[in-house]
Amino acid sequence: MADDRMTFEATPTMDIETQDKVESAERAAENGNVGAALSRVDGPLKVTGQARYAADFAVPNPLYAHLVISTVGKGRITAIKDEAARKVKGVRAIYSHANKLDSGSAKFFAAGGQAQQSWEPFAEPDVRFYGETVGLVVAETILAAREAAAALSFDYETSDPAAVFGADGVERQDMPDKTITKGDFTSAFEAAPVKIASDYETAPNVHNAMELFATTAHWVGDKLTVYVPSQWVKGFQIGLAEELGIDEANIEIVCPFVGGGFGGKGSLFTWVSLIAAASRELGRPVKLYVTREQGFTTASFRAETRQRVRLGAGEDGRFQALEHAGEELTSRADNYFVNGQEATVRMYQADAIRTELATIHADRQTPGFMRAPAETPYFFGLESAVDEIARELSMDPVELRIKNDTMVDPVDGVPYTSRSLKECFRQGGEAFGWSNYTPEIGSMNEDEWLIGWGVATSTYPTQMSPCTVRIHLDVTGEARLQVASHDLGTGAYTVLTQAVAEELGIEPSQVRVELGDSRLPPGTIAGGSITTASNVSAIMIACERIRNRLGIEKGSDTDLAAAFDRFGQAGIEEYAEWTPPGAKKDAPKTLYNGKVKIVGGPEEDYTAFAFGAIFSEVRINKYTREIRVPRMTGAFAAGRIMNAKTAKSQYLGGMVWGIGHALHEVAEVDPRTGAYMNDNISEYLVPVNADVPNMDAIIVPEVDDKVNPAGVKGIGEIGIVGVAASIANAVHHATGKRLRRIPIRLDDLVDV
Amino acid sequence: MKPFRYQAPSSVDAAVEAVEPMGVPGQGGAFLAGGTTLIDLMKLSVATPPSVTDIKNLSLDGIEEADGEVRVGARVTMAEAASHPIFLDRAPVLSDALWKAASPQLRNVATLGGNILQRTRCPYFRDNVSPCNKRDPGSGCAAIGGINRLLAVLGTSESCIATYAGDFANALILFDTTVETHRAAEGPRQIELEDLHVLPEDHPERETVLADDELITGYRFRLPDWARRSVYVKARDRESYAFALASAAVALDLDGETIREARIGLGGVATVPWRAREAEDFLKGKTVSEETGLQAGRIAFESAQGYEHNAFKIPLGRQVVAKAIFDAARKDVSGSAGQSEGAN
Ligand SMILES: Cc1cc2nc3c(=O)[nH]c(=O)nc-3n(C[C@H](O)[C@H](O)[C@H](O)COP(=O)(O)OP(=O)(O)OC[C@H]3O[C@@H](n4cnc5c(N)ncnc54)[C@H](O)[C@@H]3O)c2cc1C
Ligand code: SF4
Repeated sequence: MADDRMTFEATPTMDIETQDKVESAERAAENGNVGAALSRVDGPLKVTGQARYAADFAVPNPLYAHLVISTVGKGRITAIKDEAARKVKGVRAIYSHANKLDSGSAKFFAAGGQAQQSWEPFAEPDVRFYGETVGLVVAETILAAREAAAALSFDYETSDPAAVFGADGVERQDMPDKTITKGDFTSAFEAAPVKIASDYETAPNVHNAMELFATTAHWVGDKLTVYVPSQWVKGFQIGLAEELGIDEANIEIVCPFVGGGFGGKGSLFTWVSLIAAASRELGRPVKLYVTREQGFTTASFRAETRQRVRLGAGEDGRFQALEHAGEELTSRADNYFVNGQEATVRMYQADAIRTELATIHADRQTPGFMRAPAETPYFFGLESAVDEIARELSMDPVELRIKNDTMVDPVDGVPYTSRSLKECFRQGGEAFGWSNYTPEIGSMNEDEWLIGWGVATSTYPTQMSPCTVRIHLDVTGEARLQVASHDLGTGAYTVLTQAVAEELGIEPSQVRVELGDSRLPPGTIAGGSITTASNVSAIMIACERIRNRLGIEKGSDTDLAAAFDRFGQAGIEEYAEWTPPGAKKDAPKTLYNGKVKIVGGPEEDYTAFAFGAIFSEVRINKYTREIRVPRMTGAFAAGRIMNAKTAKSQYLGGMVWGIGHALHEVAEVDPRTGAYMNDNISEYLVPVNADVPNMDAIIVPEVDDKVNPAGVKGIGEIGIVGVAASIANAVHHATGKRLRRIPIRLDDLVDV
Repeated sequence: MKPFRYQAPSSVDAAVEAVEPMGVPGQGGAFLAGGTTLIDLMKLSVATPPSVTDIKNLSLDGIEEADGEVRVGARVTMAEAASHPIFLDRAPVLSDALWKAASPQLRNVATLGGNILQRTRCPYFRDNVSPCNKRDPGSGCAAIGGINRLLAVLGTSESCIATYAGDFANALILFDTTVETHRAAEGPRQIELEDLHVLPEDHPERETVLADDELITGYRFRLPDWARRSVYVKARDRESYAFALASAAVALDLDGETIREARIGLGGVATVPWRAREAEDFLKGKTVSEETGLQAGRIAFESAQGYEHNAFKIPLGRQVVAKAIFDAARKDVSGSAGQSEGAN
């Protein structure tokens, strides 16, 4: 590594991409369970600027709104000074608790509703966290709205917020009903000849999707159209009806494209009803852009966690006792938690198992989903602990994981629908070159570089939800799929196109897919990696019915014109509902009410997970202690892969985020105020191109005919899981320093 | 953003006449160059100039060398300078410091005049809410006792510990650079770059010796032949597009393994562009080795003071200095470097 900069800065990413394409095409060819690497059908629209995101929709004669957020972390507004703001030319209205808008609250999403939090913003003069929405300015131009918002000032009566773990005044809520137990952990741990007990911490993260939050409300009579980025248009429709107190049939939510969701657009934002109510009151469409800084606090986030793992093993490396306890931060009012221990204790065989969960209520906003919400933080704890015990045992960390692999869910004793973890480690290890690993700390160093290798297991529960679709096919072979599901940039338009084409025996170019509109048949929430499995399962039913009615067979070369001729129509339309096994028969019906029954993961008679293995190399400069990840390999087995290309980009995207999770991302909370002090993307760091020089994701072939009719497992989230631990483990290998808090930054290594 | 008057005069004289000084730092009219600092702060309402004087029509361009002296116009962009042969070949530290800063998009519009005068990234200065002596004199300093990982350890005061966040100035300072300026009544003057920025002391709102209506027109400096042996080492949280946690600009005049003369500038650690003169003196006559490098680093940070989250910058800074000395000593200066070393 004489010229480190060349390697880190100037690696031509394009070449890696091309090389990857060739590799995955080859893999796809040898494996019948991987679909064609079709390029995104919406790609041309996106790169030519024709794809319209929520904020791009033009409405007649709009007013512009700007949020006003609190500048204290806890308190009460005692006075509003709005004289200067009212004088700004073009201001039409200034709303606050003093002249509250006509909108109510909806049920909190984690309590079975749709709303991001359980309370309505500025219904009262109270401020519950720093950056909470306390007012709304509406004006003729966006500039006037912002100028007036800046001129508004509030007097507060404040008290000290308790905004972080350990602060005076946070409230702990134990959740014994979430505890999982098997055997007697305490005595098994005591008896285990080799053991470790460690505490881990993960940081608060903010989604920072490229597409900023925005909302446009447009009333025509009593009909309301709302353009808002959403991962759940049906839920937004139902929740908004509840908040506004109007008939849901009068609301349409539109967002055909979403510029990154990551979970941050999954529950109904508090400002949507404010914008709709303001528009109703002012008699004109209202458009809101939420700024990048405001997006840090007015939407949800991934809360920080503190974890304890105790792991005991026999001399042979077999796990005898595993305990995983977690504490998660949440808001005062809402008990949001992710409880990743549900998954971590199902990774390896162990005789005795115990979990524990508590939330810590603090003066912060209510957290929410973020890519692999439960697994991302908790696999940092588990997979670091497994590495620690591998060291105690002097065993190879890959070998140890394989030794504890199990085909039976260790908690419930039921079989996995499929589990190819060993194969992931085999293929990933081969590609990465794991056979060259030497375990001694620092043994792989070169010149001024400390080099370490680390591994971790990755996983994500395979989940599904009910889904309804409508498909139209005409005599020319043109088909249209309509479903209120979503494409967050993930490739849903493309894989659903492929599914319809395959089922009906037509070309992908003959299929048109309509998503992201609440008037369409209710589809899936874009969460839990359920989109592909659930939508394709419903598509299969609809297409089968179409084939049956037309009297044609799947996969055969049929003369469609002749079939339609016999049928006596020029077109045919089918509506179909799919109910996953384990869901109640009326689940599709409740879907119309915005209620999603998600099944999968651990179920009564089976457990469904996708698995993967992550291999990372870190290089740490001896002088600057900068930590970089020049190489990473992920190998994932997730049942049938609809499209090798979009799948791979999901995996790689997850892995890139994993680097950020391990080394960069943290919303820095000032404990004195509860404010995020790096609320911009200059200081809230995520990896840039130069941070991800060489990465590969391997699609490990797997056939799962039990999990769902489509044989598909979710792949949207698994890529990030385990990455942070693999990097932390590599840092340990390079330096001998076990870092149990992420992000790991050079500060942690300066004294090595 | 507050409304403001916009003007784009076409001569230096007209520009300095037009700029509307208010006599209070930060309150008067502002010159607008690339706008990557100024517009940013105006959007945050941290800067609220009543008028903005765009200098885009002034001919403050070009990088030239005459009689052994290099002259650089204040409107030269970071991108242009970073790839100019004089910077690339004759003093790689200057080019290095530029291309390791910001992003290509920013470097394409940001100018060297604006760059030197960029404001701190201290989050409490930028939030427009917290007590901050720099933004609101006398209100206190929220960064002390707050989130201060990115803030300074050298040149701080009880009033302010804000980092001078720029890179280029820490390199330019190595060559005893003169800043050329122009004022309305007084006309042109020359200021040593090292004297341009002032320590925060009790008045962090004052950042430079420039008067409110004083325009930087350009820089002048001489490059010794050995400036070819120069590097900029920048330690940061990610590989590109991040401010320095600690950086060192180093140029060495070597006689074999012996250091005839060394110049050291520090970034990311101090409240102003920082020249580590004691460390330079120490290196005179020393042989290049790991231990001398580290000792120079220790001397450079002798007066450093760490706060809650940034104490790591002291050992880090020492090591960055050592690495920069090493890298400079090992630098191959036989041919001309020629090419830009890739995108950042
Ligand atoms: C996201 C981000 C990341 C960045 N990262 C880095 C980094 O890693 N390293 C780094 O060094 N910098 C970094 N920067 C800062 C950037 O380099 C500066 O913003 C830029 O160089 C300023 O130049 P400008 O021409 O845009 O200045 P402007 O914004 O136009 O002006 C800056 C200030 O100088 C004044 N001014 C401008 N020209 C003159 C003149 N000729 N005479 C007198 N006064 C003048 C203006 O009134 C203003 O106060 C970053 C900036 C951003 C936004
Ligand atoms: S360090 Fe300086 S800029 Fe930052 S808050 Fe304190 S006084 Fe303000």
